[in-house]
Amino acid sequence: MITTTHWVLLGALVAGAVWTVLTARLLRSAVGLAITSAILAILMFQLASPLAAVFELSVCAGLISAIFVSTISMTHRVTAEDLAIRLKERLHWFWLLPLILLAAGAALISVHFVLDIRPPAPPAENDVRIVLWKIRHLDLLGQIAILLAGAFGVVALFKEWKDE
Amino acid sequence: MLSLLLLLPLLIVMILNLPLGRFRSLGFWVALVLSLVQAYTVLFAPAALSGNHDVLGRLFSLGLATDNLSRVLLLSISIVTFASLLVGRQTIREEKQRINFANLVLIAMTGMNGTVLLTDLFSLYVFLEVSAVASFILIAMKRDLNALEGAFKYIVLSAVATILMLSSLAVLLLISGSTSFAAVGSAIKAEGRSPLVVFAVAMFLCGLFIKGGLVPFHGWLPGAYSAAPPAVSILLAGIITKVSGIYALIRLATSVLGPSNSINALLMIVGTISILVGALAALGQTDLKRMLAYSSISQVGYIILGLGCGTDLGIAGAIFHLFNHSIFKSLLFVNSAAIEEQLGTTDMSQMGGLGSRMPVTNVTSLIAFLSTAGLPPLSGFWSKLMIVVALWQSSHGGYAVLAVLASVLTLAYLLTMQRRVFFGILTDRWANVQEAGFGITLPATVLALITVGVGVAFPLMFNSFLLPVASFLK
Repeated sequence: MITTTHWVLLGALVAGAVWTVLTARLLRSAVGLAITSAILAILMFQLASPLAAVFELSVCAGLISAIFVSTISMTHRVTAEDLAIRLKERLHWFWLLPLILLAAGAALISVHFVLDIRPPAPPAENDVRIVLWKIRHLDLLGQIAILLAGAFGVVALFKEWKDE
Repeated sequence: MLSLLLLLPLLIVMILNLPLGRFRSLGFWVALVLSLVQAYTVLFAPAALSGNHDVLGRLFSLGLATDNLSRVLLLSISIVTFASLLVGRQTIREEKQRINFANLVLIAMTGMNGTVLLTDLFSLYVFLEVSAVASFILIAMKRDLNALEGAFKYIVLSAVATILMLSSLAVLLLISGSTSFAAVGSAIKAEGRSPLVVFAVAMFLCGLFIKGGLVPFHGWLPGAYSAAPPAVSILLAGIITKVSGIYALIRLATSVLGPSNSINALLMIVGTISILVGALAALGQTDLKRMLAYSSISQVGYIILGLGCGTDLGIAGAIFHLFNHSIFKSLLFVNSAAIEEQLGTTDMSQMGGLGSRMPVTNVTSLIAFLSTAGLPPLSGFWSKLMIVVALWQSSHGGYAVLAVLASVLTLAYLLTMQRRVFFGILTDRWANVQEAGFGITLPATVLALITVGVGVAFPLMFNSFLLPVASFLK
């Protein structure tokens, strides 16, 4: 059952995502990403998917944002004029984005898009720990590899660049 | 042993980066040894890959599996990684960047080995992302405008592929209750032609078309291949795109979706368009690496065309061409690395007569281009022949004719390349150019020998190995 809370959260999610894309400051963009991710996690909790919410919180709002902030801390400041120009450029490219999202949402509502599927209920004993460490540990390994690659990206592309 | 292929590269990266003195500089040599051990295991100790019964496998129960297809890919991964590392050693000047390169190659190796060994669609997606993230950084490592633009285009299109695949996975999970190949395959069979299933499969296919750089989803590929550092171009063109897009597509089509006329028809159309568009675009290029990038799109089209044919011979031909292409395309990019290293440019309009100054690069380039164009008795001839015969036998004569005609286009653009770069009169500007160093000529020679050796040994391999490659379908 979709409630008003869900609609409000969905609206906030879209607003957060649009702000993340449009803002010309990298730090604000990273914060926007974290906020969007947190709203998404709340929405997932509301929709009775706590496992997905925990993953979302742990990966995106936590680790990825930490990498983003550490990366951004190594970059230099830009002038207010540059920021104004960049914002104008982004608005030029992305002004249609919120309208497209709204139109897509309205279209889905108007055609009563309902997935007539009942997902099988997960076994009761499958809590987060069991899923993470016993069932999906291969994915956890992949996640570690992605984080390592991200860390090397920060070192190779930003830290050593700044050192030079 | 299977789990070691996945865990060892990752553990080595972690251990090498502990603050323990000068361990980090060993990364390159360790990665090189690891690639050789992987090749040795696949070729001479295949029994070690037949199960997951080692201590680590039992401890982690990773659920990995191998068949003939994954063994072919494991061999390609090891050979191309070996070549890329040696070229990286020669062409990356800064010690720190060389260390970062070796570490990122090891991470990419984890991603690629994982992709070819696992049996779950969601895990497949996760390990595709491991290779993709390592690739973004490897492409951007040169840090000039072209490299950053190439990496950015790849990230953006890869993100679109990610959205498509994740959305598809969500629907498939809802339908089947699991993401294992077997469960999803059974659910798709049971649901038949439900619009939701068609929608999910179409999204996943589009995601893989993007990852594989197939027309019309190829926008990122020429920029990424040409802007990346030479050693990274070899890795990208030789194996990463093959594993991320093409292997995953073959696995999805054969192990999950099963025989389907509509999907086969789609694959044949996409394959043929890729062959023609890639070849025509390659004809108009003056930059060597961009020409090779478009050539890759065209050659990958042959693989998809063979896969779409759907017969055992067609699929065996597709897998054989996948292996051959990973070798001869890597060789062509090793040669472009030699030229870029010695001349400082890849603009073919400024070259000419280099054959006399760079004999090893000249001869190995000739072998690679003849194999790409499908001239006997080199490896590329046999794999293309298998695909064309399979198309003819399955009453797809039109596609077979187009495939043969496109080979003439391939011959045209590669002959033009060879003439512009190596033949003709040497200009004064390049009078003092010398052959590239051992770090480039060694992998070029090894790859050329494999191209010739596989071609000559084809009659011995056809019944004993190549046709049974497709046996995993049965």
